[in-house]
Amino acid sequence: MNSLYYQKRLSRNIGDKFFTSLSVICALIAILPLIFLVTYILIKGGSQITPELFTLEPNPPGDDLDAGGINPALIGTLIITTIASIIAIPVGVGGGIYLAEYSKGGAFSRFIRFGVNVLAGVPSIIAGVFIYALIVSTKILFGSMYSGLAGGMALSILMLPTVIKTTDEGLKLVPNELRYASLGVGASMYITILKVTLPSAFRSIATGVVLGIARAAGETAPLIFTALFSYYYITGFGDLFYEMGSLAVLIYNFALEPYDAQNKLAWAASFILVLSILSVNIFSRILAAFTEKTKRV
Amino acid sequence: MEEKLTLFKNRKRFGIEKNIDIIFKNTALVLSSFVAIILLGIILVVFFQSFESFSRYGLKFLVTSEWNPVKDEYGAFTAIYGTLVTSFLSLLITIPLGVGTAIFITEDFVPKVFREIIGSFVELLAAIPSVVLGLWAIFVMEPFFRTFFVFLHNFFGWIPLFSTEPTGRNSLLAILILVVMLLPIVTSIARDSLNQVPKKLRNAAYGIGASRWKTIFSVILPAALSGIMAGVLLALGRAMGETMAVTMIIGNSNAFSWSLLSPGYTISSMLANQFGEADGSQVSSLFYAAFVLMILSLVVNIFAQWLVKKFSLKY
Repeated sequence: MNSLYYQKRLSRNIGDKFFTSLSVICALIAILPLIFLVTYILIKGGSQITPELFTLEPNPPGDDLDAGGINPALIGTLIITTIASIIAIPVGVGGGIYLAEYSKGGAFSRFIRFGVNVLAGVPSIIAGVFIYALIVSTKILFGSMYSGLAGGMALSILMLPTVIKTTDEGLKLVPNELRYASLGVGASMYITILKVTLPSAFRSIATGVVLGIARAAGETAPLIFTALFSYYYITGFGDLFYEMGSLAVLIYNFALEPYDAQNKLAWAASFILVLSILSVNIFSRILAAFTEKTKRV
Repeated sequence: MEEKLTLFKNRKRFGIEKNIDIIFKNTALVLSSFVAIILLGIILVVFFQSFESFSRYGLKFLVTSEWNPVKDEYGAFTAIYGTLVTSFLSLLITIPLGVGTAIFITEDFVPKVFREIIGSFVELLAAIPSVVLGLWAIFVMEPFFRTFFVFLHNFFGWIPLFSTEPTGRNSLLAILILVVMLLPIVTSIARDSLNQVPKKLRNAAYGIGASRWKTIFSVILPAALSGIMAGVLLALGRAMGETMAVTMIIGNSNAFSWSLLSPGYTISSMLANQFGEADGSQVSSLFYAAFVLMILSLVVNIFAQWLVKKFSLKY
């Protein structure tokens, strides 16, 4: 009898084995459906991709076997996310600059940081409800009700907390020596921020902002009663003030149609949406890992 | 003397640059206060729009379940109950799965490369739009679980939770798709907080002879508990506000039922379904429901933030 050897039958060893297998099972249960989900979307959606998909309008649902394409929705998603970015990036970067560079940890900045976290937790459909009440139902935008512009505004509310947070955290990582050096050679505060701190935090801020944009591109809830949906090509600047389609809303509408042709279009749109969001995510991850390595050297 | 003074004068910044500096600072200040303005704006706008319904029904709105635009009678109990039940039950499934997965990733059962791949894969899944998950739930998950639900009804039908005949979309499917959505959140936050537990604690526990799982249960999990709790609360907030996937799979019926196998409603799915076509006092009632949802998620979020502040930086 040598008690120094590992004894299989000991209750603590049996218990350990049991819990280890339990955690392996947990991981399997958690990961297998996720792998299945991604491959299914990529295969099922990828098989629907045709060149016409990118150029045609979707046909109105009906017995028509040919569903058409998703061109208006694709362009619409690009336009709506661009509008959201145009609003959210300046406001968010400006707010982040204030928090990281000017605030001294007083009540105001603590309140704003708290507000950023709370705003990030507001359900996305509430952003839609808010813009509906503020802009759609009041027809404040030159008498137009549902519009791509209103949709972009709703999305910008969801992007704003992400942008502020990444700017704030990115700027906080810039070493103070850089600021002292710049101020020491006589640069004023705004020159220091614009020429020294912002550029050195640029990559981390850009990564966060791009991830925020990718996230917003897939949001549906804020759009269903602000931008609504449209079957028609976007032809000019004036279309901003009318209903505008988007990939996300197209998926929602066409998934609930009883017709097979529309369902297929929804899968194709999902493929494009998921593929672009995942590739943006993977690309920014690789970029972040790369910067981390070069910084350590 | 004269010469020195002009030199000194020149060392000062030009007035215009000073002004730009001040303008720059104030612009940043105004931009940062936008967050507060939007947040207050959302609360005020939703509250005032719901005022008509609020003054008509008061708190009775929360406990009656009739939602009838024809008779102009509104009560949101079914939706509120559905929101709470789907989010809490989905969390109940997600917590053990997510924490178990996080432990698997942070322990050294398999080589680090695999663990990192699994970790980043789980994080990537958080980026999949919920409307795509809804599409998947309709066409893949629902047919897949159909026979299982029939089995559940046949053998456990005496439990009120499974008392109705399963017919297509139902609350249980909404709970399952919520689990898929919440898993990445809970797993990645639990993993981060487990990773933050100092190595010293683990070594000390091993040193006095604790086995691996004794160490995990009595040292590591308690030390990481506040972070995990905060992650769980964030996931709860997300579950309550989640709209698209749930709307697409829950069946959208306002008839109240204890059974998870019957179609149900949540506040957010009710908003998604009815907001576009509503008018008159229905709009006000929808705003009232939205206000309830907002208060619920605000409370959960603020509590999560308080928890993080209170318990972080312990070591």
